[in-house]
Amino acid sequence: MAFVSIRDLKVAFDGVQVLHGIDLDIDRGEAVGLVGESGCGKSVTWLAALGLLPGKARVSGSVRVEGQELIGAPARMVERVRGARIAMIFQDPSSSLNPVQRVGRQIAESLALHRGLRGAAARAETVRLLDMVGIPSAATRVDLYPHEFSGGQCQRIMIAMALAGQPDLLIADEPTTALDATIQAQILDLLARLRAETGMAMVFISHDLGAVSAVCDRAAVMYAGRMVEAGGIERLFAAPRHPYTRGLFDAIPELDAGRGRLNPIQGVVPDPKKLPMGCAFFPRCTRASELCRIERPDLKPQPQGGHLACFRPLGEDTRTWARAEELA
Amino acid sequence: MTPPVIEARGLVQKYESGRSLLKPGRVVRAVDGIDLAVRPGEVLGVVGESGSGKSTLGRMLLGLESPAAGKVLFDGAAMPAPRTDEWRRLRARMQLIYQDPLAALDRRMTIADQIGEPLRIHRIAEGPELHERVAALMARVGLRPDQADRYPHELSGGQRQRVVIARALATGPKFLVCDEPVSALDVSIQAQVVNLLRDLQEQEGLTMVFISHDLKVVRNICDRVAVMYLGRVVEEAPSDQIFTDPRHPYTRALVSSVPKAGQGLAGRIILQGEPPNPAARPDGCAFHPRCPLADAACAREVPALERHRGRLTACLKQRPVAQTAA
Repeated sequence: MAFVSIRDLKVAFDGVQVLHGIDLDIDRGEAVGLVGESGCGKSVTWLAALGLLPGKARVSGSVRVEGQELIGAPARMVERVRGARIAMIFQDPSSSLNPVQRVGRQIAESLALHRGLRGAAARAETVRLLDMVGIPSAATRVDLYPHEFSGGQCQRIMIAMALAGQPDLLIADEPTTALDATIQAQILDLLARLRAETGMAMVFISHDLGAVSAVCDRAAVMYAGRMVEAGGIERLFAAPRHPYTRGLFDAIPELDAGRGRLNPIQGVVPDPKKLPMGCAFFPRCTRASELCRIERPDLKPQPQGGHLACFRPLGEDTRTWARAEELA
Repeated sequence: MTPPVIEARGLVQKYESGRSLLKPGRVVRAVDGIDLAVRPGEVLGVVGESGSGKSTLGRMLLGLESPAAGKVLFDGAAMPAPRTDEWRRLRARMQLIYQDPLAALDRRMTIADQIGEPLRIHRIAEGPELHERVAALMARVGLRPDQADRYPHELSGGQRQRVVIARALATGPKFLVCDEPVSALDVSIQAQVVNLLRDLQEQEGLTMVFISHDLKVVRNICDRVAVMYLGRVVEEAPSDQIFTDPRHPYTRALVSSVPKAGQGLAGRIILQGEPPNPAARPDGCAFHPRCPLADAACAREVPALERHRGRLTACLKQRPVAQTAA
C-alpha cells in the first residue's frame, strides 16, 4: 500500500473548479516531482490534502495516509498528520518564519508539538537539527532572529523545522525558486542528502525541470488542474509524449546550446472559469485534432509505463525521426 | 572599431546603511569600480547573484542614479545630471524594462494610454497620429487591437510585459537596459517574451544590457557576458566562451550550479558559504572565502580584471598559468 494515496481530489474556489480530480500515490522513501506552470494546481493539490486551504475552498475526493482518510476528518486528526507524518516547506522562507521570534524557539515549538520534547532536550535537538541542515556554529546561533540569517539559511531553518516532526514525507513547494543560483545548488544537495540519511519520501514541486530531474525518481506533469502525463524521470525526459510536456522542454533554453530562437508554447494557460470543452491544452497544441476539441482525454496507464492523457501523443520514435532527418 | 554606445569608466556607487541618530552608518560599496563598453547593436549580459550590484549598475548606465565616482558616457558624451532638461531629452533614447510589469504600469490607465504616454511627454505625437503610433507599437509586441482599452490587471503577466516593452520602444530608443525582464514569467511565456526581445533587438539594431540571474536565458540572448560578484566584474567574455569554458572559479561554480535535465546532482560544484554581503566585504578578493582555489595571497590582494590566456578575469590564480603558458 502506498504511504499517501490521493484519489479524485477536487478543489473549487467560489464555484470555480481549479483541481479536476487528481490521482496520485506516493510510496515510502520515493521522490516525486510535480511539474507545471503557475495556476496548474501543483501546490493546491497538497494544500488541499493537508487541510491548509482557506475555508471558502470546497474540497472533495480522498486523501489517505496509510489508509487513514484526511478529507472530511476532524481538524485535530489532520493536525496530527500534518507536521508529524507529512511536513511542507514553501518558496519564500522569510515569510514562513515568525520575524519576532528566535529561530531556536520556533523549531522547539515544533519539537514540543510533535515529539513532546521540552527544555534542555528540545534545545539539544534544535541544535542538532540546525547542524544537520548546515547552519554553521548552530549552538551559538540558535537564539538569533530570522533577519539575522540570509535567504538560503532561512530556507535551511525552514527545512530543520520541517524535519523536527520526523516526517515520513516532505512536500517541498518551489523550495529553491527564491534563492540565488549557487545557493539553489546547496539546497538541492541538502534535500538529496537528507532524503538519503532519513529515508523520508519527498514531493518536489517545481517549474524547474532540471532541478526535478536531478532529485526525483518520477514526475507528474500538470496542466489546468489535471495531470496530463506521469512517469519515471528517465523516460519522461528522454521521450515526453504529451505535447505540453514536450512544449515545456522545448521552451527552456539550454546552457550548452548557442544563440537561437526559443520555441515557446503559443497562447496562455486557460482561465479556470473558461476552460475549453475538450482537452484543456487544445487551443495551444500543435498536434490537436477535431476530437481533442470536443472530447477530453482521460489519464490512462501506458503499455510502456507511466500515464498519459492525450489523443495524439508524440510517438516513441519522434526523436529518432529527428535524428534520421539530421543524418539524411 | 565602432565607438561604444554606452561606456562605464571606473563606476562606483556607495550607499550608507544602518545609520541612526547616534551612530554613523556603514558605507556599502554596491558597485566597486566597473569599466565596460557596449558597442552598437550588441547585447551585453550581466549576471550575478543578489547583492552583486547588477541592478545598481543598470540604473547608473541609464543615468537614473549618479555614480559616487567614475562616469558614464552615452555616444561618447558624459551623462548629464539626473532630472536636468538635457537628461530628460536623453532619456527618450534609453529605456529600462524591469522584472515586475504590474509595478511598472499604472493600474488606473488603459494599455493604450500607457503606451502613448512617453509620446505625449516627449511631444513626439498627438491626436490621430498618436493613436496610429500606439496601434503600431501594440502590433509590434504582439498585443491585439481590442486590448487597447483594457487595464493592466485584465492582462496576463506575459501580456503586461509586452505593454512595458511597447512603452519602452515608443520613443524609438537606441539603448535598452532589461533588468530581469522575464524572471516573473512562466517558462512557456518566458520563451515568447525572450523571442520578442530578440526580434526587436535585431530589427531595430538596439544596444542592450540584459541583467539576469537566469544563465540559460542570458546564454540565449547575449553576445557577451559580464559576471559580477560583490560590485565588481570578475569575468567577461563572449557568451559562447563563458558558458563552455568558464575560467574564474566563481563563474565555474555558477555555470555548474544550473541543473540540467537528465543529469543528476553528481559532478556539480557546490560552493560553500553564504552569498556575498556587500556590507561585510572580505579583504582581498571578495570571493576568496568561498573559493576552492584561494590561498593567503587571495586574502590580501584585490585582483584586477586583466587579460589572462585571452580572457578577461579578475583572479590571481589565473596569473601563474598565463606565465607558464607564455
